[in-house]
Amino acid sequence: MSTSPAPLLTVRDLRVVIGDSHILHGVDLDVAARGTTALLGRNGSGKTTTVRGILGLVPRTGSVLLGGEETVRLATHSLVRRGIGYAPEDRGVFATLTVAENLRLAERPGAGQPAYDLVHELFPELGQRAGQAAGTLSGGQQQMVAIARTLLNGNRLIIADEPTKGLAPKVVTEVAQVLERAAEAVPVLLVEQNLAVVRRLARHCVVLADGRTAHRGPAAELLADADAARRLLGVGRAGHDGAGPAPAGASAGPAAHPATRTEEAEV
Amino acid sequence: MSTVVLLALTGLGLGALYFLVASGLSLIFGLMDVLNFAHGALMSVGAYGTWWAASGHLPGAGPGGAGFALAVVFGTAVGTVAAVLLELAVIRPLYARPREQILATVGVGLAVPALLSAIWGADARPFPGPEALSGTVGLLGAEVPLNRLVLIAAALVVLAALRLFLGRTRHGLVVRAGVEDRAMVTALGIDVRKAFTLVFAIGGAAAALGGAIGGLYFGSVDPEQGTSLLIFAFVVVVMGGMGSLTGAALASVAVGLVQQFANYYTTAGLGDLAVVVLLAALLLIRPRGLTGRLA
Repeated sequence: MSTSPAPLLTVRDLRVVIGDSHILHGVDLDVAARGTTALLGRNGSGKTTTVRGILGLVPRTGSVLLGGEETVRLATHSLVRRGIGYAPEDRGVFATLTVAENLRLAERPGAGQPAYDLVHELFPELGQRAGQAAGTLSGGQQQMVAIARTLLNGNRLIIADEPTKGLAPKVVTEVAQVLERAAEAVPVLLVEQNLAVVRRLARHCVVLADGRTAHRGPAAELLADADAARRLLGVGRAGHDGAGPAPAGASAGPAAHPATRTEEAEV
Repeated sequence: MSTVVLLALTGLGLGALYFLVASGLSLIFGLMDVLNFAHGALMSVGAYGTWWAASGHLPGAGPGGAGFALAVVFGTAVGTVAAVLLELAVIRPLYARPREQILATVGVGLAVPALLSAIWGADARPFPGPEALSGTVGLLGAEVPLNRLVLIAAALVVLAALRLFLGRTRHGLVVRAGVEDRAMVTALGIDVRKAFTLVFAIGGAAAALGGAIGGLYFGSVDPEQGTSLLIFAFVVVVMGGMGSLTGAALASVAVGLVQQFANYYTTAGLGDLAVVVLLAALLLIRPRGLTGRLA
């Protein structure tokens, strides 16, 4: 990481207190200016809260620099308009609105032409289902709507929170392909439990434990080190199916699931 | 037969009045989770604004024809401005404190009638209106007061306008999305607080219009009119499903009709009770109201 250009997003000492409970005790992370940075950790380690804290969806303190600008005091909508596309954990699709309306809502009037060509090229299905209520779509299709919304604007950063959660293996591969392509143009902060997807997409990784940053470094290095992976992620099999980027169809499917289940079982 | 027609149209007229108040109440609750107990006060502001203008205080306005139309526009505008001020000055600073927010709207709901009676007295004042609207029209053998029909027409126009706004405009899209998931709307880069102010303005305008035309229906204005009507508007909102415009329209008709028929065919006053029984029965069968969604 030391040789790469300055990070796009720099988070320092991010703290979140909700009610009486401290959820984040000081998270440090960098999102590199290129490629995908994975945010990892066991369930309950604070990954989603970190993302929500960065966006200001929960009250937070600390420092969040986007392209060098301090954003921690900005309202969510102001920060997002500086060029962030966000696909939340629950997909955040508006069930009673149509697919077309969900996309139209993500347009930013006055900020250039929305990239409908790209969206329809990546997700031809969404064009066919434009008039359908988004609540009647399958989980995979809803995830496509959520990702499409992040691609519609010329965003500087895409934040995707568990985009493959609960999807069928074939759809996981599709989503991973789209994110891989998106990451060629825009840096991505990816929260992900599916280690096969992490292995395929992520260059860098940040691991949280108990609301703190526990590890930062190249993703491949962590995944290759079985001991570290077990200690930090609670997975036993991470190092065993070969290091380095795996081909999509081969590992994004079945290989992913035992790992995910192992992790969830231990929490 | 003529009695049934008269009761039905009077019930529909009352329902129209409920809808004008309840539509804004429902949108405000659906979008912002704010129970606006000051909404009846906004109706009173509209009624008094119209009454004041039509009584000759506003140049050009008066009790007849175009002068009365101008008075209605004036009353509605004053109500709209009051609603925007209410949102900006009272509701907005209290978003993080919902309990205080409710209490503040209750406070405004009590203060406005008190202010009105301090200025113009607590007694009902005769409401000036055009000669042409004070008569009746023969309909299916019944002599129906024209003001009922004016109310029904106004409610239909407001319903159509709101549907166009929600269905065809970007602001309407933001409101519909915000009713579902406010946080996600902001996470898409939209300042949802602007939608809050807009919805308050629209809701205030509808309620004030209800007050302005409601003056014709009641024949007078008094400071407590809006507040006493608010209870039935809340019943309508709960029956129709929070945030649902179609639900509010259907529930308004049901409440207005049940109230009129029960009051006529049983003991006077039992109609108000029947409405509450209707609400309880509906909530037992469909806990989320008639529609449970915005449309």
